[in-house]
Amino acid sequence: MGRERASLEPLELALYARDAGVATGRAAAVCFPSSGREVAAAVRVARRHERPFVARGSGTGLAGGATPLDDPVVIVTTRMNRVLEIDAEARVAWVEPGVLNLDLSRAVAHLGLHYAPDPSSQQACTIGGNVGTNAGGPHCLAEGVTSAHVLAVDVVLADGTETRLGGLEPDAPGYDLRGCFVGSEGTMGIATRIAVRLTPDPPCVATMLCAFDSVESAAATVSGVIAAGVLPAALEMMDARITQAVEDFVGAGYPRDAQAVLLVEVDGLPAGVAANVESISEIARSNGATSVRVAADDNERALLWKGRKSAFGAIARVAPDYYLHDAVVPRTRLVEVLRRVYAIAGAHNLIVMNVFHAGDGNLHPLLVFDRREAGVWDRVYAAGIEILEACLDAGGVLTGEHGVGLEKRDLMPRMFSAADLDAQACLRDAFDPDGVANPQKVLPRGSRCGELQRVPEGTWI
Amino acid sequence: MDLNDAHQPAGSDAILAPVGARTHWFVGGPPARDAIEVRAPDGVIEYEPADMTITVGAGTSFATLDRVLAEHGQECPLDPRAPTATIGGILACGLSGTRRLRHGPVRDQVLEVRFETGDGRLVKGGGPTVKNVTGYDIPRLFVGSLGTLGILQQVTLRCRPRPAAARWYESGDTRAVFRPSARLWSGGSEAVLIEGAGADVAEQARQLAGHTELDKPPTPPDGPHRGRVSVAPGRVAECVRALPPDVDWCAELGVGTIHVATDRAEALARARRVAHDHDGWLLREAGGEPDDDGFGCALPNEALMRRIKAAFDPGGRLNPGRLPLASRGRG
Repeated sequence: MGRERASLEPLELALYARDAGVATGRAAAVCFPSSGREVAAAVRVARRHERPFVARGSGTGLAGGATPLDDPVVIVTTRMNRVLEIDAEARVAWVEPGVLNLDLSRAVAHLGLHYAPDPSSQQACTIGGNVGTNAGGPHCLAEGVTSAHVLAVDVVLADGTETRLGGLEPDAPGYDLRGCFVGSEGTMGIATRIAVRLTPDPPCVATMLCAFDSVESAAATVSGVIAAGVLPAALEMMDARITQAVEDFVGAGYPRDAQAVLLVEVDGLPAGVAANVESISEIARSNGATSVRVAADDNERALLWKGRKSAFGAIARVAPDYYLHDAVVPRTRLVEVLRRVYAIAGAHNLIVMNVFHAGDGNLHPLLVFDRREAGVWDRVYAAGIEILEACLDAGGVLTGEHGVGLEKRDLMPRMFSAADLDAQACLRDAFDPDGVANPQKVLPRGSRCGELQRVPEGTWI
Repeated sequence: MDLNDAHQPAGSDAILAPVGARTHWFVGGPPARDAIEVRAPDGVIEYEPADMTITVGAGTSFATLDRVLAEHGQECPLDPRAPTATIGGILACGLSGTRRLRHGPVRDQVLEVRFETGDGRLVKGGGPTVKNVTGYDIPRLFVGSLGTLGILQQVTLRCRPRPAAARWYESGDTRAVFRPSARLWSGGSEAVLIEGAGADVAEQARQLAGHTELDKPPTPPDGPHRGRVSVAPGRVAECVRALPPDVDWCAELGVGTIHVATDRAEALARARRVAHDHDGWLLREAGGEPDDDGFGCALPNEALMRRIKAAFDPGGRLNPGRLPLASRGRG
């Protein structure tokens, strides 16, 4: 790798000291390889200098997964951004890790295909990063998250060797290493080529907007839809504050007086779509929907989605800073958990906005604030912890699609026992015995393979 | 023997072989002769239809699971060859059903696993919700691990609504069907399973040239020597052309699984070589030659797999011999 693709410049290093999460680290060096061979070389150089390494795509991760800790070499994949091969018949594409999520769907649109996982950051995030976090998105409700769409990954392992995990054949012999790697947040190596499954575009799509005069009614509708055996393509919820902010921002045609709106999409063949639209409308009305609207054409559909996907941009109109969580609860517990989320924010004198993947119970409570206010960060942090605890108490999990990274690492003992964490540490050690791939992420200290000591209660705070 | 009694009296060196309903007993190789068989608990532990998730003891049969889900209009498309197969056995063998084309492989249906390690610890991997990325994906690691990493005790699965209509049709070319649930081909015309709203199924069928409706699903080939070939879907046609004439086969189009069966062990061995020639492999499901290790090929990334095996089962007590690497690891 030439000098022009590696840097020790303080200014450049500072750019890579953090991702979209809250923590800041420190990179010892940053490099921009253009091939798998160069990634392997970068890993070997890092190891020769006894440095760990951290893989990084666009840096849109919210959990601090790409934050450089222990003075690592940051390996940025954004120059590996080619779609290498598209097989429309087999519905498979080979891509480099730096390909942007939306660019992949655009590259195959003329074939009537798309890449199903669609994170809100899809204009900016990379497929490699999506593989790292096992990313989700609104349309993962029916289609599944990233792992269900990745067939094979060419990787550079922590010792610098290159290998393929999984394959185009339906099953690989032995253990599912591909399945382990997806979602391992850079702790098992770096993806250099990825084979993804492409999904045929549905012949028929209906996008609905249902308005409610309470968050509870909207949440009850979500539970009702799932309970009725309807599995929409997407089922998103926005509360009053975010609806108004979005409306001010992009004018998506959302009702300003609603306390909550549901954005529901059903797709497939015409009779199934019509039946689902009818069931969903009925369930929404029986839960007190004040209006149910079906987008008349593609323009209106696009506008409704533009509103949802601009939500995070719209928040700047309310407060300069926000802190976003990503917990999942069983869909039957949405009403009570949302009630607790509002109560917790209120008790900390904070504003919370909710815009989330309601259909799969994946909450995204946004605590909005102004960091210039003295002591506000402590309140935001404390409220965040309480919200996560409320989700766990309701039978939920810590993260649905953003990953554990650094942010939730020390909360892991809240969800997993010492034996559970030990098993995960053993798996990580099998991939990376020296702990050089993205150190200090995902697993808290103390969950070392082979050690059975229990992490003392309360150490996560 | 109940799982929790299994290894206490036998001491720490006892070899354990988890057993389900023995419907896929020879997958991956015969169990060790001196193994103590252990069974997982059976029965539904928690089912909340409105969450579309179900938690069962790993010893629960697919038939039981399917009956419970059907009462609420739901299903879990594991579709084992024999409905008596247990959930733990289906996961351990990692054999997906023929509706995989639409509904995904077995590994995509598993949300959480609880298992007992070789040294008797209870461990949970994954989580109970339909979406979860908290920690490493241990549930997927267990799918296809043939009982060599831990003894599955309890499993949480994702469910889905049962389709309103599901019909099999036969036609010369079924490629035009929108997201069919299965496309099977044994050399003549193709069989296609179309699921969905009744009117959509009928309309899709109407567009199929010269179709006939089948009264029952096509049966996969059977015989004393049986297995499944895994090749890239684009190579299925050339692969089946190269199979020996005395091998019956049925290919899952769009997936790349080719079910093969024959009366002669030697023919199965030749089918395996054909699979290798097409960059695939054959998992032996029944019969085969006596020295057959079940896989017939060197495992890719064997060193890494050995480290995983050693990490989860340091004593090498769990199903030695079931994976090629495990037998050597113990020898």
